[in-house]
Amino acid sequence: MKMVTAIIKPFKLDEVREALSDIGVQGITVTEVKGFGRQKGHTELYRGAEYVVDFLPKLKIEAAIADDMVDRALEAIEAAARTGKIGDGKIFVSHLEQVVRIRTGETGQEAL
Amino acid sequence: MKKLLASLCLGLSLLSGGVALAQTPAAEAPGVATPAVTAAAEPAAAAPAPEAAAAPAAAAAPEAAAVAAPAAAEETPVLNSGDTAWMLTSTVLVILMIIPGLALFYGGLGRSKNMLSVLMQVFVIFSLITVLWVVYGYTLAFGGEGKFFGGFDKLFLKGITADTLSSALKTIPEYVFVSFQATFAAITVALIVGSFAERIKFAAVLIFAVLWFTFSYIPMAHMVWGGGLLAADGALDFAGGTVVHINAGIAGLVGAYVLGKRLGFGKESMAPHSLTLSMVGASLLWVGWFGFNAGSAGAANGIAGLAFVNTIVATGAATLSWLAAEALHKGKASMLGAISGAVAGLVAITPAAGFVGPMGAIVMGLIVGPLCVWGVGGLKRMLGADDAFDVFGVHGVGGIVGAILTGVFCAASLGGIEPANYSMGHQVWVQVKSVLVTLVWSGVVAFVSYKVADLLVGLRVSEEEERQGLDISSHGETAYVR
Repeated sequence: MKMVTAIIKPFKLDEVREALSDIGVQGITVTEVKGFGRQKGHTELYRGAEYVVDFLPKLKIEAAIADDMVDRALEAIEAAARTGKIGDGKIFVSHLEQVVRIRTGETGQEAL
Repeated sequence: MKKLLASLCLGLSLLSGGVALAQTPAAEAPGVATPAVTAAAEPAAAAPAPEAAAAPAAAAAPEAAAVAAPAAAEETPVLNSGDTAWMLTSTVLVILMIIPGLALFYGGLGRSKNMLSVLMQVFVIFSLITVLWVVYGYTLAFGGEGKFFGGFDKLFLKGITADTLSSALKTIPEYVFVSFQATFAAITVALIVGSFAERIKFAAVLIFAVLWFTFSYIPMAHMVWGGGLLAADGALDFAGGTVVHINAGIAGLVGAYVLGKRLGFGKESMAPHSLTLSMVGASLLWVGWFGFNAGSAGAANGIAGLAFVNTIVATGAATLSWLAAEALHKGKASMLGAISGAVAGLVAITPAAGFVGPMGAIVMGLIVGPLCVWGVGGLKRMLGADDAFDVFGVHGVGGIVGAILTGVFCAASLGGIEPANYSMGHQVWVQVKSVLVTLVWSGVVAFVSYKVADLLVGLRVSEEEERQGLDISSHGETAYVR
């Protein structure tokens, strides 16, 4: 099992959700985050004081995915979240040790 | 370099265009300059009004009115319900300016962790100063003929009943005059909190407020409005450019120096947390200011109407000129710039509201906008103090500009209402003198008051408390869900 974490532009959420749903991914967790990579921030001006705001708002999507679905999930997220401009984001895949469904107590693949 | 040239061109065109604009209503000047003459012809009850209208402004100004209405002065004063209703309304408007106007304006400019502390300081200062006003403030400011202080005759408002009429404004009850003036005292002190915000101890604010109110506001009010030194000199201050704005502005600047800079100043973001609330606050300030300026006419009369229209147009002009300067320099017109411009215009027209014509008011607004942009930018950097919400940059600079320009635009040739024996050069000099007296007196008293508060309770909160935010550390509350 893998934990797929994707940092995407906020307005891409609906597209990514639909794309994952289409390939059978049942649930995701979404967090509002801020960060930067190569995309530049902006400058704010308050009376005489100038502030450079480096951080940009992004969304972090996390989904627990079965090993045999990972490639399709990555393709789906990539295609849905891409705009072609700097700041589209990144996807991280990490090994997932264990998964438990709280309501029923199921573990492993059945809990996904 | 290009920006500097552009600004210079803007400034010169504003000045020359402005002078031309201000001279247009010269034909109307005789009509504007003689409200006292026309008023003297009205029935007895209304006649004391123009005299009274000038009274809160300056003792010298009513020389013109006194010439026209000596006969009226012999009549027994009678309560005028129109005047009284207006003065009651004006008082309420000024209260709205403070709570929640100023509270929200300042609060939004700070960081969210300090929101409640700003609201508290304004709210509690209002409560405190108005009470002290009726105990000893009123009598010392308006009860007597000393150079710097009045007397103790009306301590605890002794001798005043519901039926007593004010001697300064003969057609309204004295309690109404006391209340109106109480709000002026309160707002002046409340203005100062914007300078030392986000790092001062609550107890220190209260101690400073009591001391400075007693030894700076009261004598200033007495000197300008209560028949003291500056009034005798002929200084024109219709609604409180010196007494309120310059007074508070310099006290704030001194506080910013004495308190020191906020932690992280210059490195960390100290951006306003809610310009939305600041805009709401600024709007309440503008609307309430009609009570502040037009109410300072002391009656529901033509001067109130003049002050009213001036308060509309000077403010609008200053908003526009601030935004123009801002857009030229930084490329964008901002919400903060708009509300700052509006406040600068309001401050500048305050000493002039009943003395200048509307075209003169517009020119004053156009001039003060860019000057206050400099006040919160270049000048602020030069002064090197962390005046958190730009109390000196806006109220101090705006008040100084307004006070001096009052001497210019009150000229009948520029559409204003001249005092008797007016000469522009002399009047401007008198205005400058009153500005200097205010700066020195208020600055020194402020310094001493801060030092006393420091000795008694300490001025600044600890580093940890400042980091945590004054809402939690001083008041045990948070403004917003965390």
